[in-house]
Amino acid sequence: MMSLDFILATFLRLMAALQVTLSVWALSVLIGAFIGGGVAWMRLSGVKPLEWFARAYVFVFRGAPLLVQLFVVYYGLSSFPAVRASVFWPFLRDAFNCATLSCALCTAAYQSEIFRGALAGVPPGQVEAARACGMSSFLLFRRVTFPIALRQALPAYSTEVISMVKATALVSLVTLWDVMSVALKIRNDTLVTYTPLLIAGAIYFVVNYVIARIFIFIEQWLSPHLRSRSV
Amino acid sequence: MDWLTALGFGERGWGPALLQGAVMTLLVSGAGLAIGAALGSLVAWAKLSGVRVAGAVGEGYAALFRGLPELLVVYFVYFGSSALLTATAHLLGVEGFVGVPGFAAGALAVGVISGSYQAEVFRGAFLAVARGELEAARAVGMGRWLMFRRVIAPQVLRFAIPGLGNLWQVALKDSSLISVTGLTELMRASQLASNSTHKPFAYYVAGGALYLLLTAFSDRVFDFAERRATRGMRREAT
Repeated sequence: MMSLDFILATFLRLMAALQVTLSVWALSVLIGAFIGGGVAWMRLSGVKPLEWFARAYVFVFRGAPLLVQLFVVYYGLSSFPAVRASVFWPFLRDAFNCATLSCALCTAAYQSEIFRGALAGVPPGQVEAARACGMSSFLLFRRVTFPIALRQALPAYSTEVISMVKATALVSLVTLWDVMSVALKIRNDTLVTYTPLLIAGAIYFVVNYVIARIFIFIEQWLSPHLRSRSV
Repeated sequence: MDWLTALGFGERGWGPALLQGAVMTLLVSGAGLAIGAALGSLVAWAKLSGVRVAGAVGEGYAALFRGLPELLVVYFVYFGSSALLTATAHLLGVEGFVGVPGFAAGALAVGVISGSYQAEVFRGAFLAVARGELEAARAVGMGRWLMFRRVIAPQVLRFAIPGLGNLWQVALKDSSLISVTGLTELMRASQLASNSTHKPFAYYVAGGALYLLLTAFSDRVFDFAERRATRGMRREAT
């Protein structure tokens, strides 16, 4: 049962499924970054209604489990005949779209808080100095605020991005064939109890490790002024 | 059947079932947080002990469970603990499959995940205790246990409250994954209700609202605990 052939075959099938996991992950992180940026902007806009909306958004999408959000979108929305008749149906009938949408909405809430914290961490003195030199607000954002905020956001951002890799395992519960669900299927078909899950775990672990290394590399690359000081 | 009866407490309402599920969610997350606290403080102690092997084992455990999807850990603990129990039962002469109760497996799964994060919370909290206080305690001749009880534990708990508050929220949300093992917590209760009434939107939104209530309420509790625990501390002027 526990032959090398079986391990290799399982590994190859799970690697094929990794494509689904990574697609959901990459798309949702990317879309989430745009939505999260918008939410952070609303939160800092100083316009009260926008600020309330941003607060409510973060409260709802951070406070409820992703699994609930996923089921509301996938099972909940499709239960309305009005939704099934609407123009959104071709989009929402597909499990992949629903999964990506819920993951994106959820990570957007976390990402907006990261962006907000990073923007708040930009020293006011630097912004004042830029203004004193006569920078326009766009130039100021591009040259001063954004680079500093980006550097400050990176450690928290890498944590969030990695936790999204882990969160994509939930899409196995809405009929998508990602690494998790293929591992469970192999387990059910072959009655080999642990090997498929162990191999799936190894794949997730390596993916997370690689992403973490990439972020460490980007962090070092973006902070050359700290390099000599680092121990 | 309109929405109010569906969510209400009447004969055909699923309100009580959802509330029972919410209580189960609280219980299983609480048990998970406690297991995580035990594991986390062990790992923190191992890493602070200076014993190479202990530190490496602790670090390995934390890195492993932070790198695996929570759902995978839930499945693995669920299948794994049942197999372990069945094997033990065989040794004791009991035949057949022995399943671990869903609650125990769920709490254990939430616990091992939470513990891998709590380790860092406890380690950071210990490092925040002023060295001078430990030296003073030693200087007045306190034994290790007395020093732990009177000086270290109260301060570590105080410094750990914000981190533990975050991890409690995470545990609450992770506990929704236990629904895949069939334990009737809030997520599973919403699922059962929506399956038998064909109103998935109403029940998943209601379940989600209850989760929000739980997280918002526990936010308050932890804020209160933090204010109370730090009431004797000098605040930095801001």
